[in-house]
Amino acid sequence: MEEGVDGAGVRQSRKKERGRRKRRMIPWIFLTPSLAGVAVFHGIPFLDVVRRSFQDVMGVRFLGLANYRAVWGNGAFRLAAVNTFRFLAVCIPTLLTVSLGLALLLTAVSRGTGRAPSRGDCGQKSQGFWHQKTTGQASCLGGNGRDGAVRTTMVLPMAVPAASMVLIWKIFLCPEGVLNQVLAAVTGEPWSVDWAFSGYAFPVLVLTYLWKHTGYDMILWAAGLAGIPEEYYEAARMDGAGVWARLRYITFPQLGGTFRLVGILSVVNSFRVYREAYLLAGSYPDSSIYLIPHLFAHWFLNLDVQKMTAAAVMMTAVFLAQASLLWLWGRRRRREGRGSV
Amino acid sequence: MKRNYRLAWVILSGACLLVWLPLLLMAGAALMPEDELYWRYLSPLGLGRDRVRAALIPSYLSAEALEELLIRSPGFFVMFWNSCIQVIPMTAGQFLIAAPAAWALARFRFPGRGQLFGLYVLLMVLPFQVTQVSNYLVLDRLKILDSHLAMILPGIWSTLPVYIMAKSFEGIPDALVEAAYLDGAGERDTFLRIGLPLGYPGIATALMLSFVDGWNALEQPVTYLKDKSLWPISLYLPDIAKDKAAVAFAAAFITCLLPILVYLNCQEELEQGVAASGLKQ
Repeated sequence: MEEGVDGAGVRQSRKKERGRRKRRMIPWIFLTPSLAGVAVFHGIPFLDVVRRSFQDVMGVRFLGLANYRAVWGNGAFRLAAVNTFRFLAVCIPTLLTVSLGLALLLTAVSRGTGRAPSRGDCGQKSQGFWHQKTTGQASCLGGNGRDGAVRTTMVLPMAVPAASMVLIWKIFLCPEGVLNQVLAAVTGEPWSVDWAFSGYAFPVLVLTYLWKHTGYDMILWAAGLAGIPEEYYEAARMDGAGVWARLRYITFPQLGGTFRLVGILSVVNSFRVYREAYLLAGSYPDSSIYLIPHLFAHWFLNLDVQKMTAAAVMMTAVFLAQASLLWLWGRRRRREGRGSV
Repeated sequence: MKRNYRLAWVILSGACLLVWLPLLLMAGAALMPEDELYWRYLSPLGLGRDRVRAALIPSYLSAEALEELLIRSPGFFVMFWNSCIQVIPMTAGQFLIAAPAAWALARFRFPGRGQLFGLYVLLMVLPFQVTQVSNYLVLDRLKILDSHLAMILPGIWSTLPVYIMAKSFEGIPDALVEAAYLDGAGERDTFLRIGLPLGYPGIATALMLSFVDGWNALEQPVTYLKDKSLWPISLYLPDIAKDKAAVAFAAAFITCLLPILVYLNCQEELEQGVAASGLKQ
């Protein structure tokens, strides 16, 4: 009798164990196709980069840190690294600030004119480009009328290929171009700066980057803003909080998740500016916009595998260091109970 | 209060004007007759040093350049199809591969999840150039250099779509997913019936961004495709011959039409796509 009960219990627990193991396997089943491909096309190549960075050209002899020393002592590498860092340091804060500013304006305007209802009373019909769509929450953010037009306009630049845009920028930037003509009209003196090839190339590149990415980031910020309950602001207004106090104590803390998202996407996009830089100014641009991708392109043409791999590992290390700093900072904030950032 | 809104509108309209001005300039130049084009834009086309005489509206509309490009330029046509052949399977593959992975990373708690997610984010942030050599060697060993597959396969396993889709899956309310489990839905059904429809904006966003990025690809085809007959449309303008310069603006215009149409058609998803993730703290 007792034995039977025990046996059933064991069988039951074995079954449960098997079920639990099965459940533990489930995420890996979803992940396997992705993991396998990522390993082949990204993971293994990356490990290969690390291996080669310590070896000679043929990938046979171990050289220790010789490749790293060669890269570190390379003038072009230092120039490109400094320029790239400077580019990120200027672009990303500017981009985040400008797009957040525009998003705040847009949100204020659409809330003020009662066009965009806050979350909760959604579900009206909204107009797609080709066809009518009945969407749930989407219509809350989509808005209509004038602020809808602003949103539509602002995402356009993301879609325009770099090569197409560069042709247009040349109309403005070439020595005989519109920018010089405008400046000449304003100052009364002739201007003939070759904007893309002179010392002005850096601000020009920053502006093309901003032109391309401000709109989408604005949309992301606006979506984040739309998610902040209107009641918070009403309560704050009752307590006599001014515009700045509301921004400081409600808007900014609530935008933590959006900030992380916009920040990461901006970093991802910032390296794509090489396309504009290359198409605007070629492989040997002004030294102020000689970026890491330019350098890698040269090394690749020369088949300088050792320098490329060592530099790649160094860049990855820099990214990892930054990511872990951000992570530690986030953890401290979470521990202190200030919400996740 | 009213006055403040007017100022806000002025600023927003100014921003929109900055976007529209270059785009209208491009459309105008695409519809310009050839002699007018040479009169106005010799310098940006790289043909001379004449003063630029920019104009939004051509003196009269002409489809000369468009006709030349679309009907009498087989090169352009081939490159357009190359782009389609490379980009469409890539985005389709991303949907099949990235969506389940994103679902697992976003909705399950399992040992190693955090590290795995971090790895994906790192791979996504690393610029193309970092793994350029090794990628090249892998593709060489797989014997797919100089073929469309060299553009498609690495693109399918790009990790950016996984990140964006995971962000939107994270925004799905837990209650909905749990309700599905309680109703006896299996893992697969929950993913297909709850995950895909509710995460749809994020999926659409990810695929759209990939599409546009693939359409604009520059570094990858230059590195992986020696055979110019395989080159995508994004390399038409950088590689344009001097005697074809008159169609440059038309090519610029046609090249961006498809991505812009895709964007406009999916604008709501783009706005909604990753929005949810920012809201869930």
